[in-house]
Amino acid sequence: MAAPLVRILSRSCRQLSGPLRAVQSGGCRLRSTSSVPDLHSDQTGGFPFPPLQTFSEEEAMMRDAVKKYAQERIAPFVSKMDESSHMDDDVIQSLFEQGLMGIEIDPEFGGTGSTFFSSILVIEELAKVDPSVAVLCDIQNTLINTLFSKLGTAEQKDKYLSHLSTDMVGSFCLSEAESGSDAFALKTRAEKHGDHYVINGSKLWISNAEHAGVFLVMANVDPSAGYRGITCFIVDKDTEGLEICKKENKLGLRASSTCPLNFDNVKVPEKNILGEIGHGYKYAIGMLNEGRIGIAAQMLGLAQGCFDHTIPYTRQRVQFGKRIFDFQGMQHQIAHVATQIEAARLLTYNAARLKEAGRPFIKEACMAKYFAAEVATLTTSKCIEWMGGVGFTKDYPIEKYYRDCKIGTIYEGTTNIQLSTMAKFIDKEYDY
Amino acid sequence: MTGRVLVGVKRVIDYAVKIRVKPDQSGVVTDGVKHSMNPFCEIAVEEAVKMKEKKLIKEVVAVSCGPQQAQETIRTALAMGADRGIHVEVTGKDYENLGPLQVAKIFAALAKKEEAQLVILGKQAIDDDCNQTGQMTAALLDWPQGTFASEVTMEGDKLKVVREIDGGLETIKINIPAVLTADLRLNTPRYATLPNIMKAKKKKIANMKPADLSVDIVSRLEVLKVEEPPQREAGMKVETVEDLVAKLKEGGTI
Repeated sequence: MAAPLVRILSRSCRQLSGPLRAVQSGGCRLRSTSSVPDLHSDQTGGFPFPPLQTFSEEEAMMRDAVKKYAQERIAPFVSKMDESSHMDDDVIQSLFEQGLMGIEIDPEFGGTGSTFFSSILVIEELAKVDPSVAVLCDIQNTLINTLFSKLGTAEQKDKYLSHLSTDMVGSFCLSEAESGSDAFALKTRAEKHGDHYVINGSKLWISNAEHAGVFLVMANVDPSAGYRGITCFIVDKDTEGLEICKKENKLGLRASSTCPLNFDNVKVPEKNILGEIGHGYKYAIGMLNEGRIGIAAQMLGLAQGCFDHTIPYTRQRVQFGKRIFDFQGMQHQIAHVATQIEAARLLTYNAARLKEAGRPFIKEACMAKYFAAEVATLTTSKCIEWMGGVGFTKDYPIEKYYRDCKIGTIYEGTTNIQLSTMAKFIDKEYDY
Repeated sequence: MTGRVLVGVKRVIDYAVKIRVKPDQSGVVTDGVKHSMNPFCEIAVEEAVKMKEKKLIKEVVAVSCGPQQAQETIRTALAMGADRGIHVEVTGKDYENLGPLQVAKIFAALAKKEEAQLVILGKQAIDDDCNQTGQMTAALLDWPQGTFASEVTMEGDKLKVVREIDGGLETIKINIPAVLTADLRLNTPRYATLPNIMKAKKKKIANMKPADLSVDIVSRLEVLKVEEPPQREAGMKVETVEDLVAKLKEGGTI
């Protein structure tokens, strides 16, 4: 019974609006058959508009496989990695072995060849166990792999994609000390010298930097052109002049390495430009629109994971002769939080399905990221309260979720930026 | 050995789920409850796939008997490395009454039809704990059996099987073709990696009915009642041995 769903999806693909095409560089994904969910009629009930929590058999299998893997191969190390602020090489290795680092990459390059929604489910499941591992996986899949897949020349894809799916972590370098939200004010300079460019400058807040083998660096080739000079360069790790500085000592997401980078006359050949010169700003916005949904999934998984650790405790803990879960005050709070998580889930899944269907999704992606981050903050805060004293100790995983959630409202577009972006869309909607 | 291995996989209620008995005491609640592959069947699949990787056998065929959902279990086996699947469709009342003897008859028929060299099953299913299917299958086929296997090695044209028994470990050598049942320590089942899940989509699952194998699945057993084990009651603490003896006498135990 996949037929009705396919017809709806292909109809909506043709409605793809013009101006947004440039941002969603890649267009309709329905070319490959793996993008079309192979829903069984007993799953959809033969129903042409199945609920958002309907998954294809492949998506459901992936989610279950990752759930099991995360519980057995990541959960035992979470606390240690957080304490030492270092991600185990074994854990990263196992992510590659499981095929989680190349979810959308073509099997011809060693990837899994699956869909964007599968990535979202994977990130959500990983975040339930460790949001730091989830963000490593998210950046690799939604930013690095997508940039290479969509913009890479045949030569670049050949050189990097098969490594990105099997053994090499990538890093996306945009932010600087003087340019966070105002990303286009970046100062890192790339000067042309014949057949190569020389990059000078520094980047800040670069995730995955410690483990990355390749860096996608946004630098300006022509500051007089303003943001239209921003270009994306592929810089290999061992390039002379590239210095990865000491990682930040962070409140949360500690196992994820966040480092400043220095570029001191780094020579990069012309063929290492990804995409076109001066189009870097477009690529950055485009990819961050998609990455937003990934972060929403991470925050969603974080909230759900924290919640899942807390409720069993409330069902066991007895005070005044009954389970603390049975007090009406508790029940109301718990039900409220559960509703918020469900709403965040639906926003996230819907944004992901919209993107897959090739329909406009930016406003919805902003909503999903903004809301999921807020829900994560609410959930983790409440969970600590519900757990009482033990929630405050490091013996239980709850306090880690509380520390990890805060970055959700800050990175990959602060909450204020998301809200302003949404407002711009809303404004346009009433233009008639 | 360049033969074919048949691996049986059973769809059971997930081991982590809390079981509830139906109010009419006819069985346990299965509607809407999470199901997965029987853990011992996972070990059986892993062993078969390992043998294929060591080039001891040529093809691994995963078989499951049950309703439409049994196909999910077969797909998991395919994602672990089985080459193709066979779904023997049994639904409704027939499925509720499906027990080891009928399944053994089906496997025996399939083993002959597929010209299998080896049939590997889990030692028992975690829902009925029967521990009968492997043994019955071997008897029907008149093949040797290596049950409760914790280690299996090829030695020439025979199989050396180390079995976990009450007294310790027993090592036997059996001829091929044979039936093996997997015990807990035989191996650690691999995760289905995402690329393998994608590859599994392309592998074939053949559909058939017990009648196609000329197997009669009428049950000779009738479940009369299913009830929860009695609630565990509080014990009593006594101070001295004399007290203990007195209490036991009181309770009529001695």
